[in-house]
Amino acid sequence: MIPFLFKGLLRDRSRSLFPFLTVFAGVVLTVFLHAWLNGVLSSLLESTAHYSTGHIRVMTKAYAKEADQNPNDLGLLGIDTLMTELRRLYPDLLWTPRIKFGGLLDIPDEKGETRAQAPVSGMAVDLLSPDSPEWRILNIENAIVQGRVPRNRGEILAGVDLAARLGIQPGDTATFISSTMYGSMSVMNFVIAGTVRFGIAAMDKATVIADLADIQQALDMQGGAGEILGFFADDLYHEDRANAVTAVFNACHRNDPGDSPRDTGAFSPVMGTPRTQSGLSDYLDYVDVFSGVIMGVFVVAMSIVLWNAGLTGSLRRYGEFGVRLAIGEEKEHVYVSLQAESLMIGFAGAVAGTATGLAAAAYTQAHGFDIGSVLKESTMMLPNIIRARISPFSYVIGFLPGLLATFLGTTISGIGIYRRQTSELFKELET
Amino acid sequence: MQNSALIKTENLEKTYSLGLTSLKAPDDVTLTVTRGEFLGLVGPSGSGKTTLLNIIGSLDAPTSGTAEVLGRRIDSLSQKEAAGLRNGHIGFIFQTFNLLPVYTVYENVEFPLLLQGVESSRRRQLVEEALEWVGLADRADSRPVQLSGGQGQRVAIARAIVKKPEIVLADEPTANLDAANSHHIMRTMVQLNEELGTTFVFATHDEKVIGYLKRKITLIDGRISKDERSDQPPLAVR
Ligand SMILES: Nc1ncnc2c1ncn2[C@@H]1O[C@H](COP(=O)(O)OP(=O)(O)OP(=O)(O)O)[C@@H](O)[C@H]1O
Ligand SMILES: [Mg+2]
Repeated sequence: MIPFLFKGLLRDRSRSLFPFLTVFAGVVLTVFLHAWLNGVLSSLLESTAHYSTGHIRVMTKAYAKEADQNPNDLGLLGIDTLMTELRRLYPDLLWTPRIKFGGLLDIPDEKGETRAQAPVSGMAVDLLSPDSPEWRILNIENAIVQGRVPRNRGEILAGVDLAARLGIQPGDTATFISSTMYGSMSVMNFVIAGTVRFGIAAMDKATVIADLADIQQALDMQGGAGEILGFFADDLYHEDRANAVTAVFNACHRNDPGDSPRDTGAFSPVMGTPRTQSGLSDYLDYVDVFSGVIMGVFVVAMSIVLWNAGLTGSLRRYGEFGVRLAIGEEKEHVYVSLQAESLMIGFAGAVAGTATGLAAAAYTQAHGFDIGSVLKESTMMLPNIIRARISPFSYVIGFLPGLLATFLGTTISGIGIYRRQTSELFKELET
Repeated sequence: MQNSALIKTENLEKTYSLGLTSLKAPDDVTLTVTRGEFLGLVGPSGSGKTTLLNIIGSLDAPTSGTAEVLGRRIDSLSQKEAAGLRNGHIGFIFQTFNLLPVYTVYENVEFPLLLQGVESSRRRQLVEEALEWVGLADRADSRPVQLSGGQGQRVAIARAIVKKPEIVLADEPTANLDAANSHHIMRTMVQLNEELGTTFVFATHDEKVIGYLKRKITLIDGRISKDERSDQPPLAVR
């Protein structure tokens, strides 16, 4: 009996192939779209963490309020003590100080006159200690396009697009003009050690990377930093752990007196996670809601399509059911066989769809997709190459709706078998 | 058991509501069919032949009255019991072929045996035998769409008789057959009736069928108006 019904299923394409293709297409799209959105979001979060906020960011309270403006006059001082404390309390994180700064980069010609000039946004990180985690976090060695990594004080790296705009080469000198944390003018000469491409439009077109000690000196911030970033050792953002660490730390430091006389508690350190930091948090929430809505609409739309396919599929077959019932098959048997068919189709479609969707996602995860041209003017920490990212959720996001929608559509439409007189069922075949 | 009542109806009625009015077909039908009869319901279109046949076959429920088939009150059977009754004892032949289009001729005929759980070598034997009876042994692997109307109906007949049921209910079985095929089919059925004792109930207005009937019940507006018997039906000479 079962092989007999199965034979019929395979031969009748409108019962097998078309519903299969519907499930398949819906599931492929859902799985891929989900992995893609997940990839975009994780890339955004990851590069935001690497280049901007860390997994956890320690700042002064005052600095935190205006963190996007890099208010170094409100920066952390005496960071060695704080670093020691952080390393002792949270050894599972890598802690590294940074200074973000703005200023003017001036390129002189042979006579010492300005040849080119551009505003830059700089990032000072520990480039010179041998055990600095920044090499890995910023992936500097791989980012080098021309020249080499800085090995000595006074050497900086320039974003490729910035270097092209200013017409500078490794070995050129540049004058950096800014103001110290106390507001007086600061001028310092640097040698361009190399150019870098991070693949993030916002960085490549305006960023210079300098050594922390140089910038501490230039900005008169000895022993200080704008912020201290913490990174989880596996380089993945663990939201729960980050929130826990942040909550405890912030509770302990609620009203710390700082190291400086200007302090009234506004300079006590405070921790933030990428999500809780102004600007990004709204954005991430927005993206979260937005991608949630997209996925929701998509899954619901797919379910309705599949539901409908299940519905019309069994309505079309009332005549056949009538004949089968007349020959002596039980209603329950007809109904269950209909459900079994839909489970097989739904399962096959969901498996094939998930596999194909995952394969497509894996391809895009490996090869990426260049959206650099779209991001030309972007200030988001979004890589130009977007990669899909497969998560454990990818395995079920398409599979379950695909299977369930088919099954439920059939289950509900099949109830008609019970509602009608058998003689009415096969009259539908006659007409 | 030879002359016991196989089908028995009492004051059987089916009321169809037609908006303001309603219509009864069949209307107050009391009827007894004994084992081995070769009987036809005849009468004008709309007189209730198909409905009566469907009620006897437990495909349709009467509005009032009782119907008993093989000693069982079919108006009170559960759908499971009704399915069991049809599966075990009743074969249907429909006015339209009602073959399952995705299955071959062989598989269509095999289907009732699969439902009964008949074991495979016995199934093959019975299917081949039934196809022989209707003269379609050479078309076992064809699909219904590849058959002429007459051939399709013969497959439906083979499907009805393959499980050797006590009762075959046939609604206009010759409507789509030419004269030669009609006679061929009717003779096959007469033979089954005589050799296996299968009871046949037809609904028809085809003279070729009527010529073979041993009992002819005329329905007019749902009521029995005549009930005639003939031991020597004109066409049933062998
Ligand atoms: N579902 C229904 N709803 C309303 N009226 C119906 C329904 N089915 C049948 N009828 C009516 O019941 C009457 C009997 O129908 P039935 O099909 O039994 O006639 P019949 O004798 O088989 O006719 P024919 O020779 O044309 O096949 C007809 O008047 C028909 O219109
Ligand atoms: Mg009829």
